[in-house]
Amino acid sequence: MDSLTGFLTVLLAAIASISLVVGGIGIMNIMYVTVTERTREIGLRMSIGAKNKDILLQFLCESTILSLIGGIIGILLGLTLSYLASRALNWPFVVSTTAVVASFFVCAATGMFFGWYPAKKASNLDPINALRYE
Amino acid sequence: MDHTIIQVEKLRRTFEMGSEKVHALKGISFTIYPGEFASIMGTSGSGKSTLLNILGCLDRPTSGEYYIDGIAVSALSRDELSTIRNRKIGFVFQSYNLLARTTALENVELPLLYNSSVSAAQRRERAIHALEQVGLQDRMGHMPNQLSGGQQQRVAIARALVNDPVLLLADEATGNLDTRTSYEIMTLFQELNSEGKTIAFVTHESDIAVFTSRTIMLRDGHIVKDEAVATQSARVALEALPPSEDY
Repeated sequence: MDSLTGFLTVLLAAIASISLVVGGIGIMNIMYVTVTERTREIGLRMSIGAKNKDILLQFLCESTILSLIGGIIGILLGLTLSYLASRALNWPFVVSTTAVVASFFVCAATGMFFGWYPAKKASNLDPINALRYE
Repeated sequence: MDHTIIQVEKLRRTFEMGSEKVHALKGISFTIYPGEFASIMGTSGSGKSTLLNILGCLDRPTSGEYYIDGIAVSALSRDELSTIRNRKIGFVFQSYNLLARTTALENVELPLLYNSSVSAAQRRERAIHALEQVGLQDRMGHMPNQLSGGQQQRVAIARALVNDPVLLLADEATGNLDTRTSYEIMTLFQELNSEGKTIAFVTHESDIAVFTSRTIMLRDGHIVKDEAVATQSARVALEALPPSEDY
Protein backbone atom coordinates (compact mmCIF):
# COMPACT_ATOMS: atom_id res chain seq x y z
CA MET A 1 0.00 0.00 0.00
CA ASP A 2 2.83 2.35 0.94
CA SER A 3 4.69 1.67 -2.29
CA LEU A 4 1.51 2.38 -4.27
CA THR A 5 1.05 5.78 -2.56
CA GLY A 6 4.69 6.54 -3.16
CA PHE A 7 4.33 5.64 -6.82
CA LEU A 8 1.20 7.78 -7.16
CA THR A 9 2.96 10.75 -5.52
CA VAL A 10 5.87 10.49 -7.93
CA LEU A 11 3.50 10.13 -10.87
CA LEU A 12 1.48 13.19 -9.83
CA ALA A 13 4.64 15.22 -9.27
CA ALA A 14 5.86 14.22 -12.74
CA ILE A 15 2.56 15.25 -14.34
CA ALA A 16 2.61 18.51 -12.40
CA SER A 17 6.15 19.39 -13.49
CA ILE A 18 5.38 18.57 -17.12
CA SER A 19 2.32 20.84 -16.99
CA LEU A 20 4.42 23.55 -15.38
CA VAL A 21 6.93 23.39 -18.22
CA VAL A 22 4.20 23.31 -20.87
CA GLY A 23 2.36 26.18 -19.19
CA GLY A 24 5.60 28.09 -18.81
CA ILE A 25 6.38 27.73 -22.51
CA GLY A 26 2.85 28.95 -23.22
CA ILE A 27 3.52 32.04 -21.11
CA MET A 28 6.83 32.60 -22.85
CA ASN A 29 5.07 32.47 -26.23
CA ILE A 30 2.34 34.86 -25.17
CA MET A 31 4.91 37.27 -23.75
CA TYR A 32 6.84 37.16 -27.03
CA VAL A 33 3.69 38.07 -28.93
CA THR A 34 2.94 40.84 -26.42
CA VAL A 35 6.42 42.30 -26.72
CA THR A 36 6.26 42.26 -30.52
CA GLU A 37 2.79 43.77 -30.59
CA ARG A 38 3.76 46.50 -28.16
CA THR A 39 7.09 47.39 -29.73
CA ARG A 40 5.99 50.97 -30.38
CA GLU A 41 4.75 51.33 -26.83
CA ILE A 42 8.14 50.13 -25.60
CA GLY A 43 9.84 52.66 -27.90
CA LEU A 44 7.61 55.41 -26.61
CA ARG A 45 8.21 54.49 -22.98
CA MET A 46 11.95 54.51 -23.61
CA SER A 47 11.78 57.85 -25.40
CA ILE A 48 10.04 59.48 -22.45
CA GLY A 49 12.57 58.18 -20.00
CA ALA A 50 12.05 54.50 -19.18
CA LYS A 51 15.34 52.78 -18.47
CA ASN A 52 16.07 49.24 -19.63
CA LYS A 53 15.37 47.91 -16.17
CA ASP A 54 11.97 49.67 -16.06
CA ILE A 55 10.91 47.85 -19.22
CA LEU A 56 12.36 44.57 -17.94
CA LEU A 57 10.46 44.90 -14.66
CA GLN A 58 7.22 45.82 -16.41
CA PHE A 59 7.19 42.70 -18.56
CA LEU A 60 8.44 40.45 -15.74
CA CYS A 61 5.57 41.71 -13.59
CA GLU A 62 3.12 41.06 -16.38
CA SER A 63 4.24 37.47 -16.93
CA THR A 64 4.31 36.82 -13.18
CA ILE A 65 0.79 38.20 -12.75
CA LEU A 66 -0.37 36.15 -15.73
CA SER A 67 0.93 32.90 -14.24
CA LEU A 68 -0.31 33.83 -10.76
CA ILE A 69 -3.82 34.26 -12.15
CA GLY A 70 -3.44 30.78 -13.66
CA GLY A 71 -2.17 29.52 -10.33
CA ILE A 72 -5.09 30.96 -8.38
CA ILE A 73 -7.57 29.46 -10.82
CA GLY A 74 -5.74 26.14 -10.44
CA ILE A 75 -5.83 26.28 -6.64
CA LEU A 76 -9.55 27.07 -6.62
CA LEU A 77 -10.26 24.35 -9.16
CA GLY A 78 -8.18 21.83 -7.18
CA LEU A 79 -9.94 22.66 -3.92
CA THR A 80 -13.37 22.39 -5.52
CA LEU A 81 -12.62 19.08 -7.22
CA SER A 82 -11.07 17.50 -4.14
CA TYR A 83 -13.99 18.69 -2.05
CA LEU A 84 -16.43 17.09 -4.48
CA ALA A 85 -14.35 13.92 -4.57
CA SER A 86 -14.19 13.71 -0.79
CA ARG A 87 -17.96 14.11 -0.60
CA ALA A 88 -18.58 11.44 -3.20
CA LEU A 89 -16.19 8.94 -1.65
CA ASN A 90 -16.98 9.84 1.95
CA TRP A 91 -13.38 10.76 2.71
CA PRO A 92 -12.36 13.49 5.10
CA PHE A 93 -11.69 16.81 3.32
CA VAL A 94 -8.24 18.02 4.32
CA VAL A 95 -6.57 21.10 2.79
CA SER A 96 -2.81 21.19 2.96
CA THR A 97 -1.78 24.81 3.51
CA THR A 98 1.77 23.95 2.50
CA ALA A 99 0.56 22.70 -0.87
CA VAL A 100 -1.50 25.84 -1.52
CA VAL A 101 1.29 28.21 -0.52
CA ALA A 102 3.88 26.18 -2.39
CA SER A 103 1.84 26.11 -5.60
CA PHE A 104 1.34 29.88 -5.33
CA PHE A 105 5.08 30.49 -5.17
CA VAL A 106 5.88 27.88 -7.81
CA CYS A 107 3.49 29.70 -10.14
CA ALA A 108 5.14 33.04 -9.46
CA ALA A 109 8.56 31.47 -10.05
CA THR A 110 7.38 29.87 -13.31
CA GLY A 111 6.06 33.21 -14.57
CA MET A 112 9.32 34.93 -13.72
CA PHE A 113 11.49 32.19 -15.17
CA PHE A 114 9.69 31.92 -18.49
CA GLY A 115 8.95 35.64 -18.67
CA TRP A 116 12.59 36.58 -18.26
CA TYR A 117 13.73 36.04 -21.81
CA PRO A 118 10.88 37.98 -23.54
CA ALA A 119 11.24 40.77 -20.97
CA LYS A 120 14.99 40.89 -21.58
CA LYS A 121 14.32 41.09 -25.31
CA ALA A 122 11.91 44.00 -24.76
CA SER A 123 14.34 45.90 -22.58
CA ASN A 124 17.15 45.54 -25.12
CA LEU A 125 15.15 47.07 -27.97
CA ASP A 126 16.65 50.11 -29.59
CA PRO A 127 14.23 53.02 -28.97
CA ILE A 128 14.73 54.46 -32.48
CA ASN A 129 13.77 51.22 -34.23
CA ALA A 130 11.04 50.46 -31.72
CA LEU A 131 9.38 53.83 -32.34
CA ARG A 132 9.38 53.32 -36.10
CA TYR A 133 8.18 49.72 -35.87
CA GLU A 134 5.02 49.07 -37.90
CA MET B 1 28.99 82.44 -22.67
CA ASP B 2 25.24 82.65 -22.87
CA HIS B 3 23.06 79.85 -21.66
CA THR B 4 22.21 77.50 -24.53
CA ILE B 5 19.57 74.84 -24.88
CA ILE B 6 21.15 73.03 -27.81
CA GLN B 7 24.76 73.38 -28.74
CA VAL B 8 26.02 71.16 -31.53
CA GLU B 9 29.64 71.19 -32.64
CA LYS B 10 31.01 69.44 -35.72
CA LEU B 11 28.47 66.69 -35.31
CA ARG B 12 29.01 63.60 -37.44
CA ARG B 13 27.01 60.42 -37.62
CA THR B 14 28.16 57.55 -39.75
CA PHE B 15 26.31 54.29 -40.25
CA GLU B 16 28.00 51.15 -41.42
CA MET B 17 25.90 49.24 -43.90
CA GLY B 18 27.90 46.10 -44.46
CA SER B 19 31.22 47.23 -45.86
CA GLU B 20 29.85 50.58 -46.93
CA LYS B 21 29.89 53.68 -44.75
CA VAL B 22 26.96 56.06 -44.96
CA HIS B 23 27.62 59.57 -43.70
CA ALA B 24 24.24 60.83 -42.54
CA LEU B 25 25.59 63.96 -40.84
CA LYS B 26 28.83 65.44 -42.08
CA GLY B 27 29.97 67.76 -39.35
CA ILE B 28 27.22 70.23 -38.55
CA SER B 29 27.29 72.97 -35.94
CA PHE B 30 24.54 75.21 -34.63
CA THR B 31 23.20 76.60 -31.39
CA ILE B 32 19.66 77.09 -30.16
CA TYR B 33 19.09 79.58 -27.35
CA PRO B 34 16.28 79.60 -24.78
CA GLY B 35 12.96 80.80 -26.17
CA GLU B 36 13.70 80.01 -29.80
CA PHE B 37 11.22 78.32 -32.10
CA ALA B 38 13.35 76.67 -34.75
CA SER B 39 12.29 74.43 -37.58
CA ILE B 40 14.68 71.83 -38.87
CA MET B 41 13.89 71.19 -42.49
CA GLY B 42 15.09 68.84 -45.14
CA THR B 43 13.92 66.20 -47.55
CA SER B 44 14.16 62.51 -46.73
CA GLY B 45 17.79 61.50 -46.85
CA SER B 46 18.98 64.91 -45.72
CA GLY B 47 20.00 63.62 -42.30
CA LYS B 48 17.02 65.24 -40.63
CA SER B 49 15.85 62.09 -38.82
CA THR B 50 19.38 61.25 -37.75
CA LEU B 51 19.77 64.74 -36.32
CA LEU B 52 16.41 64.44 -34.58
CA ASN B 53 17.43 61.14 -32.97
CA ILE B 54 20.64 62.68 -31.70
CA LEU B 55 18.95 65.86 -30.47
CA GLY B 56 16.41 63.65 -28.71
CA CYS B 57 19.20 61.69 -27.00
CA LEU B 58 17.98 58.49 -28.63
CA ASP B 59 21.22 58.12 -30.54
CA ARG B 60 24.79 59.27 -30.01
CA PRO B 61 26.98 61.05 -32.54
CA THR B 62 29.94 59.24 -34.11
CA SER B 63 32.06 62.30 -33.42
CA GLY B 64 31.52 65.89 -32.41
CA GLU B 65 29.82 67.27 -29.35
CA TYR B 66 26.23 67.82 -28.40
CA TYR B 67 25.31 69.78 -25.28
CA ILE B 68 21.74 69.94 -24.11
CA ASP B 69 21.16 72.54 -21.42
CA GLY B 70 24.93 72.53 -20.90
CA ILE B 71 25.26 68.76 -20.46
CA ALA B 72 27.61 66.90 -22.79
CA VAL B 73 25.59 64.00 -24.14
CA SER B 74 28.23 62.06 -26.08
CA ALA B 75 29.82 60.59 -22.98
CA LEU B 76 26.63 59.40 -21.28
CA SER B 77 25.50 55.81 -20.79
CA ARG B 78 22.18 54.44 -22.01
CA ASP B 79 20.55 54.87 -18.61
CA GLU B 80 21.87 58.41 -18.24
CA LEU B 81 20.44 59.23 -21.66
CA SER B 82 17.06 57.94 -20.45
CA THR B 83 17.21 60.31 -17.52
CA ILE B 84 18.07 63.23 -19.81
CA ARG B 85 15.10 62.36 -22.03
CA ASN B 86 12.92 62.14 -18.97
CA ARG B 87 13.93 65.48 -17.44
CA LYS B 88 15.03 67.69 -20.33
CA ILE B 89 13.10 66.72 -23.44
CA GLY B 90 9.45 66.55 -24.43
CA PHE B 91 8.77 64.53 -27.58
CA VAL B 92 5.84 65.09 -29.92
CA PHE B 93 5.57 62.48 -32.67
CA GLN B 94 3.81 62.43 -36.00
CA SER B 95 1.67 59.45 -35.02
CA TYR B 96 0.93 60.72 -31.46
CA ASN B 97 2.03 57.41 -29.90
CA LEU B 98 -0.57 57.44 -27.16
CA LEU B 99 -1.25 54.27 -25.23
CA ALA B 100 -4.58 52.76 -26.28
CA ARG B 101 -7.14 51.82 -23.60
CA THR B 102 -5.52 54.42 -21.35
CA THR B 103 -7.17 57.73 -20.50
CA ALA B 104 -5.79 61.07 -21.66
CA LEU B 105 -4.85 61.89 -18.07
CA GLU B 106 -2.94 58.63 -17.56
CA ASN B 107 -1.18 59.07 -20.90
CA VAL B 108 -0.01 62.49 -19.78
CA GLU B 109 1.14 61.14 -16.40
CA LEU B 110 3.36 58.54 -18.06
CA PRO B 111 6.68 60.45 -18.19
CA LEU B 112 6.40 61.25 -14.48
CA LEU B 113 6.05 57.54 -13.67
CA TYR B 114 9.69 57.21 -14.62
CA ASN B 115 10.71 60.02 -12.29
CA SER B 116 10.75 58.66 -8.75
CA SER B 117 11.07 62.13 -7.19
CA VAL B 118 7.48 62.95 -8.21
CA SER B 119 4.74 61.67 -5.91
CA ALA B 120 1.45 60.23 -7.17
CA ALA B 121 -0.47 63.33 -6.04
CA GLN B 122 1.98 65.70 -7.78
CA ARG B 123 1.83 63.52 -10.85
CA ARG B 124 -1.93 63.84 -11.10
CA GLU B 125 -1.81 67.58 -10.42
CA ARG B 126 0.86 68.27 -13.02
CA ALA B 127 -0.91 66.12 -15.63
CA ILE B 128 -4.16 68.02 -15.06
CA HIS B 129 -2.29 71.29 -15.41
CA ALA B 130 -0.63 70.15 -18.66
CA LEU B 131 -3.98 69.12 -20.12
CA GLU B 132 -5.40 72.51 -19.18
CA GLN B 133 -2.50 74.16 -20.99
CA VAL B 134 -3.49 72.44 -24.23
CA GLY B 135 -7.19 73.14 -23.70
CA LEU B 136 -8.37 69.60 -22.99
CA GLN B 137 -9.56 70.04 -19.40
CA ASP B 138 -12.93 68.46 -20.25
CA ARG B 139 -11.45 65.43 -22.07
CA MET B 140 -9.23 64.02 -19.32
CA GLY B 141 -11.12 60.76 -18.90
CA HIS B 142 -11.37 60.02 -22.62
CA MET B 143 -9.52 57.18 -24.32
CA PRO B 144 -7.42 58.05 -27.39
CA ASN B 145 -9.93 56.37 -29.73
CA GLN B 146 -12.63 58.72 -28.44
CA LEU B 147 -10.57 61.76 -29.45
CA SER B 148 -10.02 63.38 -32.84
CA GLY B 149 -6.55 63.48 -34.39
CA GLY B 150 -6.02 67.07 -33.29
CA GLN B 151 -7.11 66.26 -29.75
CA GLN B 152 -4.85 63.22 -29.65
CA GLN B 153 -1.92 65.38 -30.71
CA ARG B 154 -2.86 67.85 -27.95
CA VAL B 155 -2.74 65.02 -25.43
CA ALA B 156 0.69 64.12 -26.81
CA ILE B 157 1.79 67.76 -26.42
CA ALA B 158 0.51 67.77 -22.85
CA ARG B 159 2.52 64.59 -22.25
CA ALA B 160 5.58 66.37 -23.62
CA LEU B 161 4.97 69.37 -21.34
CA VAL B 162 4.29 67.50 -18.12
CA ASN B 163 7.94 67.07 -17.12
CA ASP B 164 8.59 70.77 -17.76
CA PRO B 165 11.31 70.08 -20.35
CA VAL B 166 13.88 72.61 -21.53
CA LEU B 167 13.24 71.53 -25.10
CA LEU B 168 10.13 70.48 -26.99
CA LEU B 169 11.15 68.26 -29.87
CA ALA B 170 8.45 67.80 -32.48
CA ASP B 171 8.86 65.25 -35.26
CA GLU B 172 6.51 66.10 -38.14
CA ALA B 173 3.93 66.83 -35.47
CA THR B 174 1.37 68.04 -38.00
CA GLY B 175 2.10 65.34 -40.59
CA ASN B 176 -1.05 63.33 -39.90
CA LEU B 177 -3.40 66.30 -39.61
CA ASP B 178 -5.48 68.30 -42.08
CA THR B 179 -4.68 71.96 -42.74
CA ARG B 180 -7.09 73.42 -40.23
CA THR B 181 -6.01 71.12 -37.41
CA SER B 182 -2.35 71.67 -38.33
CA TYR B 183 -2.83 75.42 -37.95
CA GLU B 184 -4.56 74.87 -34.62
CA ILE B 185 -1.65 72.78 -33.40
CA MET B 186 0.82 75.40 -34.67
CA THR B 187 -1.17 78.09 -32.82
CA LEU B 188 -0.71 76.04 -29.68
CA PHE B 189 3.02 75.69 -30.32
CA GLN B 190 3.31 79.45 -30.88
CA GLU B 191 1.50 80.11 -27.60
CA LEU B 192 3.81 77.73 -25.76
CA ASN B 193 6.78 79.44 -27.39
CA SER B 194 5.55 82.89 -26.35
CA GLU B 195 5.36 81.54 -22.79
CA GLY B 196 9.06 80.79 -23.08
CA LYS B 197 9.26 77.19 -24.29
CA THR B 198 12.15 76.37 -26.60
CA ILE B 199 10.90 74.33 -29.53
CA ALA B 200 12.71 72.43 -32.27
CA PHE B 201 10.25 71.47 -34.95
CA VAL B 202 11.34 68.93 -37.52
CA THR B 203 9.33 69.08 -40.71
CA HIS B 204 9.60 68.85 -44.48
CA GLU B 205 6.61 71.10 -45.12
CA SER B 206 7.67 74.67 -45.80
CA ASP B 207 4.13 75.98 -45.22
CA ILE B 208 4.38 74.73 -41.64
CA ALA B 209 7.92 76.06 -41.14
CA VAL B 210 6.73 79.64 -41.79
CA PHE B 211 5.14 79.60 -38.33
CA THR B 212 8.54 79.20 -36.69
CA SER B 213 11.06 81.98 -36.18
CA ARG B 214 14.18 80.27 -37.51
CA THR B 215 14.81 77.73 -40.22
CA ILE B 216 17.70 75.30 -40.26
CA MET B 217 17.79 73.60 -43.65
CA LEU B 218 19.64 70.33 -44.07
CA ARG B 219 20.74 68.75 -47.31
CA ASP B 220 22.91 65.66 -47.70
CA GLY B 221 24.17 65.90 -44.14
CA HIS B 222 25.14 69.57 -44.26
CA ILE B 223 23.36 72.69 -43.09
CA VAL B 224 22.69 74.65 -46.27
CA LYS B 225 20.71 77.44 -44.66
CA ASP B 226 20.26 78.71 -41.12
CA GLU B 227 18.40 81.97 -40.87
CA ALA B 228 15.84 83.85 -38.88
CA VAL B 229 12.56 84.06 -40.75
CA ALA B 230 9.63 86.41 -40.40
CA THR B 231 7.17 84.46 -38.30
CA GLN B 232 3.62 84.21 -39.48
CA SER B 233 0.91 83.97 -36.90
CA ALA B 234 -0.77 80.58 -37.05
CA ARG B 235 -3.87 82.10 -35.48
CA VAL B 236 -4.20 84.61 -38.33
CA ALA B 237 -3.67 81.82 -40.86
CA LEU B 238 -6.30 79.77 -39.11
CA GLU B 239 -8.81 82.61 -39.25
CA ALA B 240 -8.00 83.18 -42.92
CA LEU B 241 -9.00 79.63 -43.80
CA PRO B 242 -12.33 79.31 -45.58
CA PRO B 243 -15.10 78.27 -43.20
CA SER B 244 -15.23 74.58 -42.51
CA GLU B 245 -17.26 72.59 -45.00
CA ASP B 246 -17.98 69.88 -42.50
CA TYR B 247 -21.46 69.65 -41.18
